[in-house]
Amino acid sequence: MSDTTTAMSAGGAPKVASINEVVIRIAGNSQDGIQAIGGFLARLAGRSEQEVMTFMTIPATISGGPSIFQVRMGSGEVLSSGDDADVLLAFYQHSYEGHLASLKKGGIVLYDSDHVVPKEELKKDYHHLGIPISGLTVEAIGGTAKDKGKNIFALGLIAKMFDLNIPKLEKLIGERFTGKDPSILNNALAAFHAGYANPLGNVMETFKFVASQNKVGQQVVMNGNEALGYGLIAAGVRFGAGYPITPWSDIMELLRRELPKYGGTFVQTEDEIAAISMAIGASYAGRVAVTGSSGPGISLKTEALGWAVMAEMPLVIVDVQRGGPSTGMPTNIEQSDLNIALNGGHGDSPRVVIAPANVEDCFYMAIEAVNLARKYSVPVIILTDQGIATRIEAFPEPNLEKVCQDISPSFASVADHKPYDLSAPDGITTHLPPGTRINSGKYPIVTGLEHDELGHPTGSPKLHTQMMAKRRKKLQALGATLPLPKIYGPPEGNILLVGWGSTEGPIREAVDRARASGDSVSSLHIRHINPLPNGLENIFSGFNHVLVVEMNDEGLYGFGQLGAVLRARYCDPKIHGINKTDGLTWKVKEILERAKTNVSAGLRKI
Amino acid sequence: MSQTLTETPERAGNIASVPAPALPEERKGLTKKEIAADHPTWCPGCGDFSVLALYFKLIEKRKMWHEKITTVAGIGCSSRFPYFVQAHGAHFIHGRALPFASGISLSRPDLHVFVFGGDGDAFSIGGNHFNHTARKNVKLTYCVMDNWVYGLTKKQTSPTSPLGFKSKTDMWGAVDYPINPMKQAISAGATFVARTTHTNPNHVLQMMEAAMDHDGFSFIECLSECVEFYEGAFDASNPRKGGVFNEVPKHHDVTDEMAAYKLAGEPFPGYFGIFYKSNKPTKNAKEAEINKSFQSKVTGLKDWQILQKNFDKLK
Repeated sequence: MSDTTTAMSAGGAPKVASINEVVIRIAGNSQDGIQAIGGFLARLAGRSEQEVMTFMTIPATISGGPSIFQVRMGSGEVLSSGDDADVLLAFYQHSYEGHLASLKKGGIVLYDSDHVVPKEELKKDYHHLGIPISGLTVEAIGGTAKDKGKNIFALGLIAKMFDLNIPKLEKLIGERFTGKDPSILNNALAAFHAGYANPLGNVMETFKFVASQNKVGQQVVMNGNEALGYGLIAAGVRFGAGYPITPWSDIMELLRRELPKYGGTFVQTEDEIAAISMAIGASYAGRVAVTGSSGPGISLKTEALGWAVMAEMPLVIVDVQRGGPSTGMPTNIEQSDLNIALNGGHGDSPRVVIAPANVEDCFYMAIEAVNLARKYSVPVIILTDQGIATRIEAFPEPNLEKVCQDISPSFASVADHKPYDLSAPDGITTHLPPGTRINSGKYPIVTGLEHDELGHPTGSPKLHTQMMAKRRKKLQALGATLPLPKIYGPPEGNILLVGWGSTEGPIREAVDRARASGDSVSSLHIRHINPLPNGLENIFSGFNHVLVVEMNDEGLYGFGQLGAVLRARYCDPKIHGINKTDGLTWKVKEILERAKTNVSAGLRKI
Repeated sequence: MSQTLTETPERAGNIASVPAPALPEERKGLTKKEIAADHPTWCPGCGDFSVLALYFKLIEKRKMWHEKITTVAGIGCSSRFPYFVQAHGAHFIHGRALPFASGISLSRPDLHVFVFGGDGDAFSIGGNHFNHTARKNVKLTYCVMDNWVYGLTKKQTSPTSPLGFKSKTDMWGAVDYPINPMKQAISAGATFVARTTHTNPNHVLQMMEAAMDHDGFSFIECLSECVEFYEGAFDASNPRKGGVFNEVPKHHDVTDEMAAYKLAGEPFPGYFGIFYKSNKPTKNAKEAEINKSFQSKVTGLKDWQILQKNFDKLK
């Protein structure tokens, strides 16, 4: 609630303050449906042309365990899910004690007084508002539901506190519970209205959002996994294969559910290796297919990935990164799979690696991945992470009629075909699927053995050198066509923060905050990581320090995974790393503090 | 909005961009010369030669076209197969030919998908895929050229090597109990299970034809002698070497799983022919059924309109 005084009226009549944005953290157990509250709020913000971003943690246990959902909605631009919350909604004692530190001093803690005993010594720092949420929910719904529905009751409380649009929320609740037993919807609405009717203890000021300056027209609201799955469908992908693993599973579930409508199929395979093999087989059969996984599953796929590079087979591989190595931290956030994405597997096997920076990017980069795979006959890895996968954002609705593409193969017969034609410009050849008649009567074999132009095995030193160069050259050609990323902030200055993947928002907010206090900080977000676009060195030359911000380890030599690539590529001693591996998203203040300790002279321009 | 490559890539570079001249509709069946590609790299006397020759014969006899045949293999001596066939083909990685071929079968009902491989590919490194492709009943033909030894890597124990077989990894004789491919296939749920041997060409062709005509996962174990590293392994099944070639008894009921399993348990040389066959619906058919029911709900809509319905719910 940045633009407003959060002074509370103690005991007097409720006041209404106008606000720009708010960060609400909801803490409870995962089975309480706290994600649902967050989801409703995020969707409402999207429908109100507001910007919104969420952040959640889920326990790795099967059912239950502490979990949080943080939602930040605002009338202006929202770049991250927020460092500190304005409001904490705590369902249990552990939620109260564990998350009060994430609440701003002077912020509001709204707690379930049936479960939480507040601490006297904390009352001076935070506005305490205890409401018997569980009891009142039971009272409102009655029957045998116990306190099921208390999340919807709490949503009513929040709606009251922030003067949210009730008809829109009712509609959202209706859509959510549609098709189920009508009594479920009735109970949900009863709980919601009971929450909304609660007088909030008569001590609280309520808030009203200023009108959104965000005139983007119709928005859609979804998380990164959904955006990626729908992006693949828009791209024309009609076959996929995968094996369940967190947090990738959502994408395979979505594709399994949706593809049949388009005449497509998603196969749940016996293992990760079968998944990539089947996807490659389907790609070979004529239409780019997708497989995906998270950390450990990607490790298993690397042999087949190398085959796709060698055989020059188009393929899209999604890696929703999580904390590693090994089983690691399955429900936490990390960007530590860049190395395996770039180099995983034996031998020299150049492939394309791209990383969406936000939820909207997940949609469009899925399409880009498919087209790059087809055009360059190469596997394309999309690197997202647990943060972006589960984060809900609103973005302008894509023009689907324009964006959706048909990538059906033609099977028109050809005079002749060499799958590995060495005279092809820039080494770029296109896959010709089975079913295509070749009038010369010479048919191609696709293979993982080093081969001649028709795909037949060879031990020729000359051919191995030439084919290796072919596979390299086509990616160099791609690199030359990639747009340079835009600099956020002035193109020259003291500090350039460089990031990739889901960290774009907090890095940009760090730039805003630093510049507001007079520091000289800009940022650059790299979305095409392999190949890199040409000309990054010209951007780096405008700054005294280039700090690569990553959620991975600083490594033996002080660089994170992208940092090491940039160091090797540009041999620039200005490049240093800002890394962390706590499994949590970057906080804006964390980035700034780490930048300050990194640059001893401070962030100002000298 | 992100900068994206959204235009459809041109087919560039390959000589495939040269359009083909129109051909007369009438097509003669392929000759052996038109089907043969590279000269096989197998050792002289290898049993795989006869399997290849009979595959050619199958293509000739059944009048299949180059472009409709897809030959897939993993890694091993026998897996060199696709290079010797003049048709679309893929030489994939060790043990994973079945999932690769399933990807083709499930997305291209118009193609004949044949997978060739050895006992290591099928029952060792690819054992998991064998079981699951069988249980899913993916429509394709899998011919395992079983020689009871690792030949490409020069005589190590294979999962089908009999107890006591002396190899470079079991100098004193194999100690691990061998896999019985027929039992494995039947218990995994394969819907067509047959056994043949390279020394009886007519029988091999007969099995290949029956397998090809089967709507489902059809598995053939074809004994194929490795003259280099396991000479004489199958002599007891070869009448020319004093052995006996016993066809599956006439009264055997191929739909009786227990009878098939019992037949599979007979000591070597055992029986040859179709052990088991059932008409369970294939995965291909089941997925098509699912698609049909989902597509009936979106009749008349373009793909983007179907997606639009999802997006309307995300507002």
